[in-house]
Amino acid sequence: MGHIRIQQLGKAYRQYPSRWARLLEWLSPGARPRHQQKWVLQDIDLDIAPGEAVGLVGSNGAGKSTLLKIITGTTLPTHGSCSVGGRVSALLELGMGFHPEFTGRQNVFMAAQLQGLQREEIEELMPAIEAFAEIGDAIDQPVRTYSSGMQMRLAFSVATARRPDVLIVDEALSVGDAYFQHKSFERIRSFRRDGTTLLIVSHDRFAIQSICDRAVLLEFGRVVQQGDPEMVMDYYHARMTAGLNHRVRQEMLANGKTRTISGTGEVEVESVRLLEQDTSVEIIEVGSEVTLEVVVRATQDISQLVLGFMLKDRLGQAMYGINSYRLKQTLENIRAGERILYRYSFPMRLGPGNYSVSLSLSRRDSHLDGSYEWRDCAMLFQVANASHENFVGYSWLGAELAVERLGAAAEVLELRRSLP
Amino acid sequence: MLARMFQGIWQYRGFVAGSVRREFESRYRGSMLGAAWTVLNPLAMILVYTVIFSEVMRARLPGVDDRMAFGVFICSGLLTWGLFSEVVGRSLTMFLDNANLLKKLNFPRICLPVVSMLNALVNFAIIFALFCGFLAITGRLPGIALLAFPVLLLLQLLFACGLGMLLGVLNVFFRDVGQLFGILLQFWFWFTPIVYPTSILPESIRRLIQLNPMTPLIQSYQNLFLYGRWPVWTDLLPLLLSALVLCVLALGLFRSRSGEMVDEL
Repeated sequence: MGHIRIQQLGKAYRQYPSRWARLLEWLSPGARPRHQQKWVLQDIDLDIAPGEAVGLVGSNGAGKSTLLKIITGTTLPTHGSCSVGGRVSALLELGMGFHPEFTGRQNVFMAAQLQGLQREEIEELMPAIEAFAEIGDAIDQPVRTYSSGMQMRLAFSVATARRPDVLIVDEALSVGDAYFQHKSFERIRSFRRDGTTLLIVSHDRFAIQSICDRAVLLEFGRVVQQGDPEMVMDYYHARMTAGLNHRVRQEMLANGKTRTISGTGEVEVESVRLLEQDTSVEIIEVGSEVTLEVVVRATQDISQLVLGFMLKDRLGQAMYGINSYRLKQTLENIRAGERILYRYSFPMRLGPGNYSVSLSLSRRDSHLDGSYEWRDCAMLFQVANASHENFVGYSWLGAELAVERLGAAAEVLELRRSLP
Repeated sequence: MLARMFQGIWQYRGFVAGSVRREFESRYRGSMLGAAWTVLNPLAMILVYTVIFSEVMRARLPGVDDRMAFGVFICSGLLTWGLFSEVVGRSLTMFLDNANLLKKLNFPRICLPVVSMLNALVNFAIIFALFCGFLAITGRLPGIALLAFPVLLLLQLLFACGLGMLLGVLNVFFRDVGQLFGILLQFWFWFTPIVYPTSILPESIRRLIQLNPMTPLIQSYQNLFLYGRWPVWTDLLPLLLSALVLCVLALGLFRSRSGEMVDEL
C-alpha cells in the first residue's frame, strides 16, 4: 500500500497537421501514421516507497503536471507503466467541480461522491469536514457567495477528509490565508507520520526541504537529478540561473552535503575563509565580529565584476545577502590571471545553528545577468551561543530591557485622571 | 471488461445518483414555483398537441373517428422520440461538457453516459406520467398490453445509448459530428412516422420509411397507446440488431480512445 512504481514511462501527445489528417488516419488503419508525436515525458523511472515524501521540481513545462496526471490516473502513458498502491487523493486543483448555485454542504457531497464515497459515509465525515474548514454558517450558503479562500478551505477539507495511502499535492496549496496554510500543512505532516506517501510539486524551496526525504528534478520531460532535497534544489537553482547551456558540477562534501557550482567560468573562486581576529574559524560565537575573506581569479579579460555572498540556514533559507555592486565597489576592466581579495566584515548576529555561505560572481547586480560562477555551500560554519542570554530565533537583536513597577491599577487610573 | 465497467458504476453509484439529482435541481433553482416547472412545461406540450391538432386543426387519423385519437397518436410518438433525441443529444456533448472533471479527476468514465441517460429518463418519467394520467382521465389506458412498454423502452434506450456514446466519443475528436448530427436528427424526425401515419404516404416512400429502424419502434408505441395492441416483435428485430452493433462499436471505440480522449479535451 502506498507505493508508486514508474517504469520506463513515456508520454507523447499526438499532433495532427489538421483534423482531416486524423480522420484519414482513423479510416485507413495500417497505413503510415499522419501524426507527429510530441514527447512531454521520456524514460521516467521512479520508485517511491510507502511512507516516503518526494518533492517534484522543475521549471514550467518540464512535465510535472503530466506526470502527476498519469499517477492519479486521468491520463494514460504512451508507453511504460505506472502502478500506484492504495487510495490516491490528489490536491491538484482545489474546488474543482464546485457548483456555484449549490450550498457548501451540497458541494461537499458532490466532491466526496467523485472520490467514490457513498452518502452514509459522507454524512459520517461531514462534522469533521465542517470543523476543519471553519467557515461557520456559510456551509449552508451557495458557494457563489464564498471568497476564494473559503472555497479553498472547504475543498481542502473534503479532499483530505480521509487519510489516503498516497497524497499528491500541487502548488495549488499556497492559496488561503496564513492560518489555514499552516493548518493544512500540519494535516499533511500528520498524514505523513501515519504512513501516507507524499508527492509534492512546489517551487517553494522551504516546503520541499522541510518535508521531503527526496527531491526529483524534471527537465524537458526527463529526470535529470534526484536525491537529497537540498542538493537537488541547489542544482535546480544553478541550472535555472546559469542557463541551461552552462556547466553545472556538484561535489560531495565531507559532512554529506553537496556543493553545487555553476556558471560560465570567466572568474573563479580560489579560496573562501571566515576569520575572527585574523584566525580562520568554523564555530562562531553569537555577535562576534567576523570577516568573510574571498579570493577570486579571472581566467579571461572581463569588463565588470561583482561578488556577492549569502548566508543560508540548514534549510537553505536566506539569512542575509549583499554584493559589491550594492556596496558600490564594482570592479572594472579585469585582466586574465588577475587575483582579487574581497573582505566583508560584519558582526555575526545570527541565532545558534548551522549555516552555509553561497557565493556569486557576476557581471552586474543580478546573477541572472552574466553569471561567471555561482557556488552553493562554498563553506559551512556554525554559530554557538555561550556568552549571551538564551534567546530563540534566527537572529540576535540584542534586546535591552527596562522594567518599572507602576503600583496598583487604581492608582494608575488616578494618575491618568490627574494628567491634563 | 463489462464486469469491471459495472463494478465501477456500482462503486460510484453515489456520484451517479448525486449528479442526476443535482442536474434536476439546478434547473429550477432560484425560481419561485420550483419543481412545479418541471411538470408545467411538459403539461403545456401535451395540451398543445392534443388541443391544437385534435380540436383546432381537426386532424383525424384515417379510419378512426375520435377527437382524441390524433392527440394520443402524436403524443405516443413524440414523447418517446423526445426521450431518444435527449439521450443522444446529451451523450453527444457529455465528454466535452465534463472536460474539466475528466482532465483533473480519476473516476470511471462510463459513469457519464449513465448519468446522461438517467437525466433524460427522469424528464421522460415526468412527462410520461402526465401522459398516462391524461389517458386514464379520458378512459384510454391500453390495459394489459402496457406490459410491452418497458420492453420497448429498454430496446430504445439500448439503441440511443449505443448511438449516443459512439457519437459522443467521435465528437471529442471531430466537433463537426455534433453539428452534423443536429441537422440529421431533424431529417430523421420527419423521416419517422411520428406526426403522420404511414398510411397517408405513397407506396414507394412508405417502403423507404420502413427501412428506418426507428419506424417500427414508434409504430409499436402508437399501436400500443392508441389501440392497446401488442407490438409485432419480429418487426423490431432490425432495431435490436442495430442497437447491439452500435453498443459493441461504441464500447470498442470508447475503450480504445478513452486515453487519447483526455489529451484532446
